[in-house]
Amino acid sequence: MAERSFTEEVKKLRLSLGDEFRGEGILAVTKALLQSGVAYVGGYQGAPISHLMDVLGDAQQQGILDELGVHFESSASEAAAAAMLAASVNYPLRGAVAWKSTVGTNVASDALANLASGGVTGGAMVIVGEDYGEGSSIMQERTHAFAMKSQMWLLDPRPNLESIVAMVEHGFAMSEASQTPVMLELRVRACHLHGRFKSKANRRPATTLRDAMEQPVRDTSRIVLPPASFAHEHEKVDQRWPAAVEYIKSHRLNEVFEGDRDKDDIGIILQGGLFNTTNRALEILGLADSFGHSRLPIYVMNVTYPLIDDELVQFCTGKKAVLLIEEGQPDYIEQALNTILRHADINTRIHGKSMLPKAGEYTGEVLQKGIQGFFESEAPHLLPKSSDAANAARATNQKVAQDLAQSVPARPPGFCTGCPERPVFTAMKLIQRDIGDFHVSCDIGCHLFSILPPFNIGNTTMGYGLGAAGGAAFNVKSNQRMVSVMGDGGFWHNGLTSGIGNAVFNENDNVVVIVDNGYAAATGGQDILSSLADNPLRSTNNLIAKAVKGVGVKWVKTVNTYDLAKMTRTLRNAMTSTAKGPKVIVARSECMLNKQRREKPIFKSKQQAGQRVVRDRFGVDPETCTGDHSCIRLSGCPSLTIADNPDPLRTDPIAHVDNSCVGCGVCGEIAHAAVLCPSFYKAEVIYNPSRWDKYIDRARAKVIGYLQDRRARQLARYAC
Amino acid sequence: MGGQGGGVLADWILAMGETAGYYVQVTSVPGVAQRTGATIYYLELFPEGAAAQAPVLALMPVPGDVDVVIAAELVEAGRAVQRGIVTPDRTCLIASDHRAYAIAEKSAMGDGRIRSSDIKKAIEAAAKSIVCFDMQTLAETHNTVISATLFGALAGSKALPFSTEQFESAITGTGKSVASNLAAFSAAARLARGETPTLETPSAAAPTPSVIDPDVAELLKRVDHELCTPARQTALAGVRRLLDYQDPAYANRYLDRLMSIQRVDPENDQGARLTDAVARHLALWMSYEDTIRVADIKIRRERFDRCRTDVQAGGNELVYLTEYMHPRVEEVADTLPHRLGSWLLATPWAQTFLQRFILRERKIRTSKVSGFLLLYGISSLQRFRRSTYRFMIEQNRINSWLSRIEALAEQHYDVALEVARCQNLIKGYGDTHARGVGNFTRIMEALDEHPITPQTAAQLANQRIAALADEDGAKLEASLRQVA
Repeated sequence: MAERSFTEEVKKLRLSLGDEFRGEGILAVTKALLQSGVAYVGGYQGAPISHLMDVLGDAQQQGILDELGVHFESSASEAAAAAMLAASVNYPLRGAVAWKSTVGTNVASDALANLASGGVTGGAMVIVGEDYGEGSSIMQERTHAFAMKSQMWLLDPRPNLESIVAMVEHGFAMSEASQTPVMLELRVRACHLHGRFKSKANRRPATTLRDAMEQPVRDTSRIVLPPASFAHEHEKVDQRWPAAVEYIKSHRLNEVFEGDRDKDDIGIILQGGLFNTTNRALEILGLADSFGHSRLPIYVMNVTYPLIDDELVQFCTGKKAVLLIEEGQPDYIEQALNTILRHADINTRIHGKSMLPKAGEYTGEVLQKGIQGFFESEAPHLLPKSSDAANAARATNQKVAQDLAQSVPARPPGFCTGCPERPVFTAMKLIQRDIGDFHVSCDIGCHLFSILPPFNIGNTTMGYGLGAAGGAAFNVKSNQRMVSVMGDGGFWHNGLTSGIGNAVFNENDNVVVIVDNGYAAATGGQDILSSLADNPLRSTNNLIAKAVKGVGVKWVKTVNTYDLAKMTRTLRNAMTSTAKGPKVIVARSECMLNKQRREKPIFKSKQQAGQRVVRDRFGVDPETCTGDHSCIRLSGCPSLTIADNPDPLRTDPIAHVDNSCVGCGVCGEIAHAAVLCPSFYKAEVIYNPSRWDKYIDRARAKVIGYLQDRRARQLARYAC
Repeated sequence: MGGQGGGVLADWILAMGETAGYYVQVTSVPGVAQRTGATIYYLELFPEGAAAQAPVLALMPVPGDVDVVIAAELVEAGRAVQRGIVTPDRTCLIASDHRAYAIAEKSAMGDGRIRSSDIKKAIEAAAKSIVCFDMQTLAETHNTVISATLFGALAGSKALPFSTEQFESAITGTGKSVASNLAAFSAAARLARGETPTLETPSAAAPTPSVIDPDVAELLKRVDHELCTPARQTALAGVRRLLDYQDPAYANRYLDRLMSIQRVDPENDQGARLTDAVARHLALWMSYEDTIRVADIKIRRERFDRCRTDVQAGGNELVYLTEYMHPRVEEVADTLPHRLGSWLLATPWAQTFLQRFILRERKIRTSKVSGFLLLYGISSLQRFRRSTYRFMIEQNRINSWLSRIEALAEQHYDVALEVARCQNLIKGYGDTHARGVGNFTRIMEALDEHPITPQTAAQLANQRIAALADEDGAKLEASLRQVA
């Protein structure tokens, strides 16, 4: 069960011709796929594409995909998703796959290169969620490089739903016209953008997967094997490229926004995805209105690969200078533009990375500065005088920001309230106190938060599922073992082979902790092979421990992570065991976000229906807490916070459990395992107690109340 | 931040705008936000009537271009200002001034909290107008989340051209928790418009008992007559604490000890910083947390009641408490008569026996009779406390600490003051306590090793801060080396 449900929203996918669609970007893209007559869709979750997978999953559950004969699967990895596009090689089937880029594209590139070499018959589209800039969780790279190296067309539409939807539809047609797979690049904010567009009717695929399976077609010239592979390279440049250029030109996929006629000696060239931010920067500088009418012409590349030489030459002819707005590095487009203009013998000055930062996201503020610099150097007379009031305001703001530099603490991400992964790292921290520090090779997933406070555990991370592989070199005799961490998502993605199989084959004696929380939790709680929930459309309940044993691991222990004492003991055994080969600990407990999402409504309805239900919660006694906060340093739970010390003689804040506590019990376990303090208590709150509950409670209250009264009288004697 | 309903708030504004005939664009960068970081939702609203064509709306805020910033926590308001999106020529800032502490603030070994007043002052200077009060508590009193009170504050600020009815129908339209959200919304809107005074939490002063025990009356008289004015309040709190901890005789001993310091305090009656500091730290030290004290606190009726309130149990619910305790040999020895305690700590076989059969992690169910009786029994050992091993140890430590202060007071006032404050290093239980005692001892030994200079007091203060900077003592060692 995914984190966010689109059960209601997916109904919009049934809108037909002329209806206005209002909703989120990824939903609009899904609608565009259905309008394009797509036959199959696959992909792998990861921000900002996770919601696209969730939308498709919910649409499948609602029967919307079945109605149209569209097949959807949650691929095992991006490589699996990319390979799925093979269905479009021999058959006129339109297919789309989606993932987070560039990380997903890295994983997929073997299949993509094969696909792009042989070419396609049916339209093949890769939707990449470009996780670049603010909020990104990955290395900052460009998908552009992949498009160039394998020759796939790269679409980068203006970020409004109308343009995005149109570009999906064109993408398929262009893919078919040029027998080349295309990539649709969506930036993070475009994926999550709420907007509107006029919808069309959905189309059933003309040819179905079933047709293809029953009437198979074979064409060895499409397979990457000599001599065909040599022919493919020529085909790419001699046939497919010109066909794509022709399609882009004839359908005017790139747009020119005319400026004031007399200001035509300068212009802006930009990637479509940056249009809105650029227009706002121009608007603030007094050079454009809110509808995209600017004082100078703008050439919008909704297709950023291939470039259309003729259009660029035409746009630059007669201009003394252009500003090229190209986000990220290397500056592939700027290099290409220089070559194109040189070949055409045009001397227009090209400002690009000379005016704008070489690296980093092009935010509104960055673009405003860059564009201002461009005007100051090329057309200062066009630049309206900046207002004194605005300048003064900015100055005030900057001064305040400086004052705040000291007082605003960072808020690094951490494990959620009640997260089952927390005790895994508490155990590591406790063991390190005894046996000394050890090297920890991390993976991608929520568990990577271990590298941040308060745990500060972990040395490297080499990619999804590669936690164990990242520790492969440390396979020599040593007095200290190393520990690798792997998430269940990463395990099924590739870790089973790259990490576990690799360790077995190479007789690695180190320790691998597989964090099994039942979902691909970091990407939004999607089900995976080892999920324990029943999923009507997928096969779940395939245990990790079984798979690990299957590839030859002898030492496998499955531990409930909330049992901190056992977790610590097992980890210590693994670190010291004389057994040969990898020691694999499957640290298992359900992701608390998912668990709460499932159980909270049930609890609430039972409570309201008058049934007996028990809620656990933890607390700290303020009188016994001395304000050292060891518990927080070993936990970091959001619900474990601090509060003013009620004691008039003490000033340090005390630990305090707030109302978000879900009663996982880890703080109590920590107090036990680390021998911290007696301040933690668990409270079991019984709602709608039974008659027996009430009876026994009254009996207990009699004894306890009597003694409490006695103690109260003693205390009252000395009250003052 | 995660769980605050930022998405819900954005959806309300979206629904309100679209119903009123606006182009509304919403974007956000979610992801790790739900795991405790912060998300920014960015909305642009453009009147449809004013446009023949669709406007080009931006996907992210630009400094100087933002009309309203809504921050669901004080530090996040500060961060919004730092990002430059709050400007004094344009922006109405709506901020809840409650705090959700960052991990660095929470995990400090002492008080690591930043000063809220610094941020409040700064954000007031940065915005054109500001609505700032505790919207979190207000939401909680209405049994809902902060998104509802933020939405109310937005309505009350009049920063957007929509009526209260339009706001309310956005809440009604979602059909979820409508009643509680509307109530929280209205309360926040009234506060933002200045129609109701800001919330103030009543301070609960303990009632003065009608009859005062003669021994206690004697103590109070001593505080009034003997203690210098500046230290009187603290000394009174100290006396109360020790009465609660032991008995009037013990509190009397506290006053005796305190007077020995006051007699040598040259600032006597003009601040008496030393006497006041010792009054505080001596009371804390004399009421050290032993097993008896912990058991005594755990069994009290007020504590049971407070737990009920803390976990938000209503009148019909039953609450059962379980304590997480982990007694070690040391805690047993602490509570034994001092000879027996010393013997135990020097006798490995007895320790092994205890560890094997008695001492382990214990979950004690205080709300059940057996668990309660166990703790009640331990708390009753209070009358024998003076003969325990721990009592002897602590009194020796206290005496040597006091005589050190006494010796320093006249010649090196600031050094004496710092020594007094070093008591704060000793806190917690088990390893934490042992580490504190170790640090305290290290600092005192270092003090003995070097002649006192005008820098000594400052060095001591640094060492005290260093001792609370990390757990492995690296900072303290570095700080001690500087002196050497």
